[in-house]
Amino acid sequence: MTIARVDRRSQRSPARSGATGATHGKDSSALRRRQRRRSRLTALAFLAPLVVYLAAFYLYPLYRNLDLSLRDYTVRSFVAGDAPFSGLDNFRTVLGDPTFGPAMRHTMIFTFVSIAFQYVAGLALAVFFNRHFRLAGTLRALFLIPWLLPLIVSASTWSWMFNSESGVINYALHLVGVSPVDWLNSPDWALTSVVIANIWIGIPFNLVILYSGLQNIPAELYEAAALDGASAWQQFRRVTFPLLRPVSAITLLLGLVYTLKVFDLIWIMTKGGPGDASSTLATWSYQLGFGTLLPKFGPGAAVGNILILIALVFGLLYIRVQRRQEA
Amino acid sequence: MTVHRGSARRSRLHTVIGVLLTAVMLFPVYWMLNVSLTPQQDMRKSPPDLLPLHPTFEGYRAVLNDQMPYLGTSLLIGLGTVVLTLVLAAPAGFALARLRPWGGGFLGLALLVAQMIPGIVMAMGFYGIFLDLGLLNSWWGLIIADSTIAVPFGVMIFTAFMSGIPGELIAAARIDGAGTWRTFLSVVLPVSRNAVVTVSLFSFLWAWSDFVFANTLDGGGDLRPITLGIYHYIGNNNQEWNAIMATAVVASIPAAVLLVLAQRYVAAGVTAGAVKD
Repeated sequence: MTIARVDRRSQRSPARSGATGATHGKDSSALRRRQRRRSRLTALAFLAPLVVYLAAFYLYPLYRNLDLSLRDYTVRSFVAGDAPFSGLDNFRTVLGDPTFGPAMRHTMIFTFVSIAFQYVAGLALAVFFNRHFRLAGTLRALFLIPWLLPLIVSASTWSWMFNSESGVINYALHLVGVSPVDWLNSPDWALTSVVIANIWIGIPFNLVILYSGLQNIPAELYEAAALDGASAWQQFRRVTFPLLRPVSAITLLLGLVYTLKVFDLIWIMTKGGPGDASSTLATWSYQLGFGTLLPKFGPGAAVGNILILIALVFGLLYIRVQRRQEA
Repeated sequence: MTVHRGSARRSRLHTVIGVLLTAVMLFPVYWMLNVSLTPQQDMRKSPPDLLPLHPTFEGYRAVLNDQMPYLGTSLLIGLGTVVLTLVLAAPAGFALARLRPWGGGFLGLALLVAQMIPGIVMAMGFYGIFLDLGLLNSWWGLIIADSTIAVPFGVMIFTAFMSGIPGELIAAARIDGAGTWRTFLSVVLPVSRNAVVTVSLFSFLWAWSDFVFANTLDGGGDLRPITLGIYHYIGNNNQEWNAIMATAVVASIPAAVLLVLAQRYVAAGVTAGAVKD
């Protein structure tokens, strides 16, 4: 977030000026150095719990996961902890697996289609709610509900709505004369179903961030554009969209990083099936590690590490864009 | 005058469109409520009843009978996660914002990256560790795992918020003789109430809705959270959808309550992660 800016500000912080202002002369520099060392120690004490926590509960699990992906595990050796080192064998296994191609493709489709629709819908709604009308604030708040619901709730609700025989979606299709679709059990539609549910969940996030971006565009620009006779569409194209570009970039990249990770929704709705029609890297990794009675921890961890690599590429891109924006 | 009346009419039109859009967006939520009240024999009726014409509470009775312990566990895990997150994140945020620590920039970057690591990967690492330590199937193992979602976010919220506190306030506490710890406890923390609320809100909601960690790290025992309760409910009986949806409704109550009570903190929390100011 705003780490760089925070650092800059704390340097100007007058917190210590009360103490240092009172001393003068030669002693002051030694005194100041001692004070600075003490305040460094204090800062360290405030940060120590977090650093210990990060080492124990981020770095160590990640190390364990990496270790897992470089060894040949069976259920027995997993418990005993004596699995032989096998180098990149697990990665080779995973890359040569017939599921790898589809899982990769589904991950890309799921991610890009989801964020494209979330973004367009979120932007349209943000522009709409940026106008002043009664209930605008209340309705905007209600839009947050899908984002706040536990994923298991949304996923099971959508599962029932997509039900082939009694689902309300097929009923709605029937009303407009379309024959029913076996959404979750059909290889052609399973991925589409989870993408639709995921778009619904992600719209609020896009709406809120883009709306806050719109709030920062000065109203005078619109007044000037209106005086020049610009239509609503022209105002959007020439004022709103260009000025919103930095916020849009952040929204899309963050959406990308979040969507790559999505597991619960797909697992609860389709378990990645039928076959692997809706499996992504995340669900496949889970399937390998936990989904069967004969877990393949090594390959599962290998898929997980590939997923981390992809997430990090976009994550670093996100950090770069944000840093540039702050500069 | 005509202009004014025109804009009033347009505003009313916007309200109508806004209500319609919200209704479309919230239809699944309505449908969940509707199904939760539908009697079992009407469940597979075609066309489905669009309104709960013959409401039944048998689904909710099933929730009360079967799911109460799960709800209790979720509450416990949620509150535990909030406490752990606040204890770790608030002092760290203060240090990053105010004390100019060595390596602070690097730590900030590490926290950003931490948020990008998929939960499923963390779950696999945790599984190995918890297996070694005998922490599997324990509620406090889940508190630890769930807090990994909220802690980086919490530190960032606190850092951003606390760097906005006027320096004079902190300098005044210093002059009055308060040490850093005293200053933090009795000046900085009370002023940061909004940040505390935002961080608590999100840590609670994330822990409450966690499914990945619950499903991998909590395989048995009675102390399972509500997300697993629903999941197993679906697995064991995919017929009683009114009971499943009633459980879903009950599991959504915290989100609904928090949205009503803490609306502006919710919006602030969503944006704080992504956009400066």
